Amino acid sequence: MNGLEQYHEKGEILRASHTLRKSITLMTDSITKTRLANGMLVLLKEIHAAPIISHWVWYRVGSRDENPGITGISHWVEHMQFKGTSLFPLGVLDRAISREGGFWNAFTYLDWTTYFETMPADKIDLAMRLEADRMLNSLFDPLEVASERTVILSERLGNENEPLFLLGEELQAAAFRVHSYHHEIIGDQADLQSIQRDDLFRHYRTYYNPNNAVLTVAGDFETQGLLARIRDLFEAIPAEPEPARRIRPEPMQSGERRVIVEGPGETIYLQLAHHIPAASHPDFFPLAVLDSLLTGPSNLNMFGGGISNKTSRLYRVLVESELAVNVSGGLAATIDPFLHTITVIVHPNRQADQVLAAVEREIGRLQEAPPPGEELARAVKQAKALFAYGSESITNQAFWLGFSEMFASYEWFTQYLDLLAGVTPEAVQRVAQAYFRPQNRVVGIYLPSDRRPARQDGDSLT
Amino acid sequence: MRQPHAIQPAGIFLASSHGGPCLPGPDDITRVELANGIVVLARANFNSPSVVVSGYLQVGGIYDPDEKLGLADYTAAALMRGTQRRDFMEIYDALESAGASLGFDSSTHATGFSGRALSEDLALLLELLNETLREPAFPPDQLERLRAQLLTSLAIRAQDTAEMASLTFDQVVFANHPYSRPEDGYPETIQAIQRDDLLEFHRGHFGPQGMVIAVVGAVDPAKAVEKVAGALEDWQNLNQPIPPELPPVTPLQEVVEKRVTVAGKSQADVMLGASGPSRTSPDYLAAALGNSVLGQFGMMGRIGEVVRQQAGLAYYAHSSLTSGIGPGSWQVSAGVNPADIEKATELIRREIRRFVEEPVKREELADSQANFIGRLPLSLESNGGVAAALLNLERFNLGLDYYRRYSHLVRSVTAEDVLEIARRYLHPDRLALAIAGP
Repeated sequence: MNGLEQYHEKGEILRASHTLRKSITLMTDSITKTRLANGMLVLLKEIHAAPIISHWVWYRVGSRDENPGITGISHWVEHMQFKGTSLFPLGVLDRAISREGGFWNAFTYLDWTTYFETMPADKIDLAMRLEADRMLNSLFDPLEVASERTVILSERLGNENEPLFLLGEELQAAAFRVHSYHHEIIGDQADLQSIQRDDLFRHYRTYYNPNNAVLTVAGDFETQGLLARIRDLFEAIPAEPEPARRIRPEPMQSGERRVIVEGPGETIYLQLAHHIPAASHPDFFPLAVLDSLLTGPSNLNMFGGGISNKTSRLYRVLVESELAVNVSGGLAATIDPFLHTITVIVHPNRQADQVLAAVEREIGRLQEAPPPGEELARAVKQAKALFAYGSESITNQAFWLGFSEMFASYEWFTQYLDLLAGVTPEAVQRVAQAYFRPQNRVVGIYLPSDRRPARQDGDSLT
Repeated sequence: MRQPHAIQPAGIFLASSHGGPCLPGPDDITRVELANGIVVLARANFNSPSVVVSGYLQVGGIYDPDEKLGLADYTAAALMRGTQRRDFMEIYDALESAGASLGFDSSTHATGFSGRALSEDLALLLELLNETLREPAFPPDQLERLRAQLLTSLAIRAQDTAEMASLTFDQVVFANHPYSRPEDGYPETIQAIQRDDLLEFHRGHFGPQGMVIAVVGAVDPAKAVEKVAGALEDWQNLNQPIPPELPPVTPLQEVVEKRVTVAGKSQADVMLGASGPSRTSPDYLAAALGNSVLGQFGMMGRIGEVVRQQAGLAYYAHSSLTSGIGPGSWQVSAGVNPADIEKATELIRREIRRFVEEPVKREELADSQANFIGRLPLSLESNGGVAAALLNLERFNLGLDYYRRYSHLVRSVTAEDVLEIARRYLHPDRLALAIAGP
């Protein structure tokens, strides 16, 4: 039909497989960055374009901080943060924000969990009081824990309906044998069935501390006044010991890995994941250019539209030659080394190995010779445009203030375009050689059970 | 644990340097009707160096023959595949080199387009819009590529329980009505479409009459109108049809259940509801507010409260109102464990019964009214949001001052109005129930 109205869902998972939709903002305006006495980092940016304020609280906790037995616990804690405090009991909090027309949500990611409210400027105090309160005072009522268990299991069942979720989960597990990027953010079903209230509360109290949090606000306010109010509300929250991180670095992969997932449907999906370094590594920028050349500019904005990728190298080679009907790709900005992922929907008449061979040939071209300068210049222009689109949204600007601090610092964001523009063709060739080797790759194939016989021949491993 | 914070008055740190009203109104929307009938809407926003161009034409799936269902959709998608002047790669090379985008999509009554660019590239966007609308070449090889993509989308749709529930729901609610048909067609109808069909469909239906275009962003509105006129004002097509009359929807007399099996899936999607008001109906606003109470406000309203919060049966359970220029629909959707379908359906029906038997509470209505009024400026944060808002004014004949009157209109709705409208459209024993799952 004509499309349903979108529902507001609290507690979304940012799928790592959606990865970075890159871009940013023409952030020439100055910002205020300060640390409260209790260690909480605060970043403020005045924007007087509209009477709106967007307010975000970021915690340095995500699925990266989960070991087997408690996978999915960060996301579940995020859900429990909507279940009330004594000051804002269940339902009150939701109602209070929604009444003011606020736009709010929370996201759990690999490295972090974030809560935001975008409100009419004169109503933002409510959001600030709410966030200060639930940093410390969430109830974690056992009855609410029990009913949320089935909700999250249902969320996982819904994910399992999607072939790309099933494939992505196996791909990530194969790519990370040791590091906790191994498991999906939503967690494994076994853990979702066994995690108890006290586990959740312990996780909450370990990570939800001012010294493990970043507060970011963008919009129509006056900085000194807002900062004073932030101090009133947040500075008295006591600092806690730094959470102990038991991060287990992933050893270097030494040979191609393959995973096959079989399931319903008639469409073959192919994914190629290559290990790449952390966002703070200098090679991230040549990799971002490489990504743009291969599969088009990914958009790192959370809010703000992207652009098409029809002139990208892989689109031309795969879709224009009718090996595939769609190709996309992207890299994630993460604390620890994660993955660059290419996702292909295979043409109904083709097989996965034909597509894989074509992708390998195209990667080979980039390894053999530096790409033309014009192609790089175009990647930079596209990134600039995406920055401009992202800057239309105050919510997106507040997002960047915090997101960049999770894996680097705000300077990472402000320097992004310049660093991208400084990437040379030789650097792109070098990172293609260094990271896009078969030995550093995981290939995932979704094999559908209802595939109709292909109308063209082709040798097939699938 | 720490004691709660004392509540202090808000507003102490507010600045008010953005002067003037921020809601679009007659004094800051430029509306010009060109000689050939195209309506141009423009509004400036110089906060970011970008511009959005979006709009629609009066052509859609309503004109598709049954055996070639999906023709309007196919045609819209094919516009970008090559013109008399540029091939597919030249079109996208021009766009993507500028970091710009442009795309078409088709619905029942309209073919929409949407593009964005840095404002310095507005001329490029309009030039491409003009070419693709007026001079599409429909290259045969591109049409076959597109056909494979459309067929793959349909194969993916057949595996999507939410989409299959929705498609099945429309078949029941709109039985014997054109709205029972999915605009993206079926595999056999897409296979049946030939290049000549696209050429003829384009020739016979695409034209300036009824076309609306909005330009929002870092462009002076008078300049924007001038540029649109320069590109499109000489377009004529005397073959454009008069939009067809729609038959009435036959109301359901009982609960009509239809199940579709999507084998191998973990979760089922359930959709339950009936036909609803059109966007132009005087019932619309009361229905929208009622819908908010029923299954939207806060954490998905009463439905979310009962099905998700209390029973823990679903990650999503909410109601929605789908309203366009023809009859709409009003439905509750939920994704549930296949073992919980009956339980969830029963809870939902109980809430629908309560919704039509007693008026919503005064506070519930006040909450949703405040939400509608408060969220309006937030929806206008981006150029795309403003453009969509301007297009709605035109499409549904709301008047240029609609957003300025909006808070008054919303506050005028009473709990009695909501009850009356709820009873007009919903009855717990006369519902379509669509289920898609394993």
